Amino acid sequence: MAAKKTKTAGAAKKKATSASDTDASKRAEGVRRKNSALDDVTLGAIRDSASGVHQQVNKRGKPDMAFPIRSLANVKYAEKKGYFEIGGQKKVRALTVNTVKSFAQTLRMMGLSKTLVETNDFATKRDAYYQSKNWDDARFDEQNESDAVMDDIEAMFSVRGLSREQLRFIPDEHGGAVAGNLVVLDPDRETGEVERIDCTRFGSGAYSIPSTVEHLSFETDAKFILAIETGGVFQRLQSHKFWQTADCILVSLAGVPTRATRRFIRKLSDESKIPVYAFVDCDPYGISNIYRTLKVGSGNAAHLSQFFCVPQARFLGVTPQDIRDYQLPTHPLLDVDIKRARDALKNDPFFKAHKPWQKAMNDLLQMGVRAEQQALAKWGLNYVIDEYLPRKLANVGQFLP
Amino acid sequence: MNRQGSLFAPAAVGEAASERETAAEVVVSASASKAADDVETGSDDRAGRRRAPKARNNATAADMAKKQRDISVSEFFAKNRHLLGFDNPAKALLTTVKEAVDNSLDACEEAGIAPDIRVEIVQLEETRFRVAIEDNGPGIVKQQVPKIFGRLLYGSKFHRLRQSRGQQGIGISAAGMYGLLTTGKPVRIITRTGDKKPANLFELVIDTKTNDPRVTREETVEWHHAHGTRVEIELEGAYRGGKQSVEAYIRQIALANPHARLEYLPPGPDKTNGVVLFDRVTRELPPETAEIKPHPYGVELGVLMQMFRDTEARNLRGCLQNDFSRVSGRLADEICERAHVKATRRPSEITRDEAEKVHRAIIATKIMAPPTDCIAPIGEQLIGRALRQEVKADFYATVTRKPVVYRGNPFLIEAGLAYGGDQSAEETITLYRYANRVPLQYQQGACAATRAVISTDWRSYQMQQPKGALPIGPMLLMIHIASVWVPFTSESKEAIAHYDEIVKEMRLALQECGRQVAIFIRKRRREADEAKKRSYIDKYLPQVAIGLQEILGFDDKERAKVVENLTLLLEKNRGA
Repeated sequence: MAAKKTKTAGAAKKKATSASDTDASKRAEGVRRKNSALDDVTLGAIRDSASGVHQQVNKRGKPDMAFPIRSLANVKYAEKKGYFEIGGQKKVRALTVNTVKSFAQTLRMMGLSKTLVETNDFATKRDAYYQSKNWDDARFDEQNESDAVMDDIEAMFSVRGLSREQLRFIPDEHGGAVAGNLVVLDPDRETGEVERIDCTRFGSGAYSIPSTVEHLSFETDAKFILAIETGGVFQRLQSHKFWQTADCILVSLAGVPTRATRRFIRKLSDESKIPVYAFVDCDPYGISNIYRTLKVGSGNAAHLSQFFCVPQARFLGVTPQDIRDYQLPTHPLLDVDIKRARDALKNDPFFKAHKPWQKAMNDLLQMGVRAEQQALAKWGLNYVIDEYLPRKLANVGQFLP
Repeated sequence: MNRQGSLFAPAAVGEAASERETAAEVVVSASASKAADDVETGSDDRAGRRRAPKARNNATAADMAKKQRDISVSEFFAKNRHLLGFDNPAKALLTTVKEAVDNSLDACEEAGIAPDIRVEIVQLEETRFRVAIEDNGPGIVKQQVPKIFGRLLYGSKFHRLRQSRGQQGIGISAAGMYGLLTTGKPVRIITRTGDKKPANLFELVIDTKTNDPRVTREETVEWHHAHGTRVEIELEGAYRGGKQSVEAYIRQIALANPHARLEYLPPGPDKTNGVVLFDRVTRELPPETAEIKPHPYGVELGVLMQMFRDTEARNLRGCLQNDFSRVSGRLADEICERAHVKATRRPSEITRDEAEKVHRAIIATKIMAPPTDCIAPIGEQLIGRALRQEVKADFYATVTRKPVVYRGNPFLIEAGLAYGGDQSAEETITLYRYANRVPLQYQQGACAATRAVISTDWRSYQMQQPKGALPIGPMLLMIHIASVWVPFTSESKEAIAHYDEIVKEMRLALQECGRQVAIFIRKRRREADEAKKRSYIDKYLPQVAIGLQEILGFDDKERAKVVENLTLLLEKNRGA
């Protein structure tokens, strides 16, 4: 009887697997098509830009290119949308004797991007720098020159809704670690065959977010995503399989989250329709650098915010109130912390728009102390798993925005 | 120091030597002068600090009188060599060359001969050299030789207000004395005044106590020159290369004396072999300058009193009229009236108070500026030619200003510069300073010429200049002051004293040259920018076209058209 059950179960499982395989392929195919459409948009945008210059030249006029200014001064916090938006200020670079070199380099790099899209390839910033050595006199002497040109191109195309990843330029750094109730569907670049990556099957390790995530799709029935600042806490939660107990997906931010990490979380959250909770240290850096960047983007990458942030994220902890409630061991705020907090309250559009955050920051300043998320270990090494997180998760509505 | 003695009194060390020197000996009393302390046993302070204080043995005036004695000038200078430029062996070598060459140039010019001068330096031992200078001048009369070479403060130029190189007669005899002190060898002179006369050879030493020459050898010899003088001095020295070397010095002389032909035989054979030649640029001698009488404005009270004592005039009016320049009879009367001193007064009887009144009256009276034909510049053309021969540069500028007056003395400033060429653009400019055609090699920091260069703003002439310093750039700059009396900061005639009128004139000359070189530099920079623009167009425009072609996929013909259009566009505008 048991054997029969097993056989049926085995067959059923097989059937289920093949069903989910087809499902996965369909999903991946959907993603591919969507990306392909985006590719067309990208190619079109590149062509339009070059065409504009070409026409100006033929008319014997002075060709120019316009780039949005990338600084906090040219950034709006679009509250409804929930992220930083780049303002309308542009810098216009016209073709003159002094700018002809960077003009040429910009056009050649756009050409490189077009080639990458057409061949479904990608290049890191370093790759692009070395590729330029083929451009004779237009080659870059130093990488920071090529980085600057790449940033400019990215800014220019962001106003058309294209990210750097769509231009096939990827960052050199990789993303954070992921473990939990999630299957990542990753189609092979060459064959198109879909790889199913089960994030529960990494043992004590974890899945590493790749540099570009546009081609990925997901399968999950997790209840939420927990974004964690420190590797230590992630490790503890992962090895005690907290993702199983809480039915969630753990993502390690490892400090200020990289674009890939933010994009991954955003995509995952959007497509699977699950919330994101952040769990970071209670100090001005954790709040105004790490959390804020995760949530709304950054000043000098404001032109990308709409893709690379997670406006729906909420702040689980550690809050200043938590320090009181849980009597956490603290350290005094340093001058640099105080300055950062004051700066955020005064200049950061995000904090200026949220009263609860202002209250929390002022609270912290008044207490004059900071506390790490690992301070919870005072009450027991697994206190965070057994008591703190469950208690917090029971009151999601109280999370800071 | 006491201001006794004849016409003029010597200045103390460090003061502007505007006072005139005396031809006679100076009486220095031991107790009054610092130098005397050096000569005597040394001050009590110095000894007292090291030993336990002795019981004081207070001397009476009589005791002190026994110790006091005259110190001869020679003795004084023997123990104060630094006043004359013999501080260290390298400098001593250079000063010897300098004094002898100055004399040769002066003598040739006075005799109307285009100077051919040869400098030889032979190294006898590690620190012992024999310096020889030979010229084709008029030669020296037999009787005068001992006096000229063996006696300090003896010379013909001393009493005269006339533009000349050696303002004092100290030079060559001090060199001889230095040689004697360091090697015990006498000065050796060969001189001949004409081909009909024989050449005379002398060897002589100076007796430092009596300031008298002692001839140790005298004979007639065979010599290959028809006329001229050869001086040989053996001395302790050090041979330096570089900026303060003998060769650099001779090069500077050549620049300021384009009519002279200078040959230099360095010590060999491990130093450079062979004679270095600095040929003349012209055979024309500098014009003869007239001697002038002192101008009333430049005369101080003490000097005035001395002039009254020494004058040949029988009355005050006559003295004023004859012994000074620019004083007419009428003007002399005006001065006397203003001073309330009778014009008929006997000059020798004039009291100190009266002299003071006369002095004040002179200052208050309007007297015409002194004549300026007593100074001869090198001339813009000759400076230019000499610079071109000496320095390979891209641009030259010269200026000779008109004569002006400081303290009753006429003077004029000339400046020249050579910019570019092989000179290093990252280093401070080279500055050559001249006084009456004599290069000044030491004490650059203390010199008025340096001050004038530093206080000129070279940044407005397209050059870098750190605050309070000489500018930086590939430039050789020369400044020349020509005057009947050049004021120096010390006896060693190394730096020009700071008189406002002089510094002002120097600055004006520098500014004139500066403006010219600025025009050149700006033009060169513009041309470089044009070239850069050209190269940018050639290098990068094709890349713009290639980039467009890659993206838009048009053909090569279209690409060429793009390059053409862009070239036209960029060449049209000035790259702004």
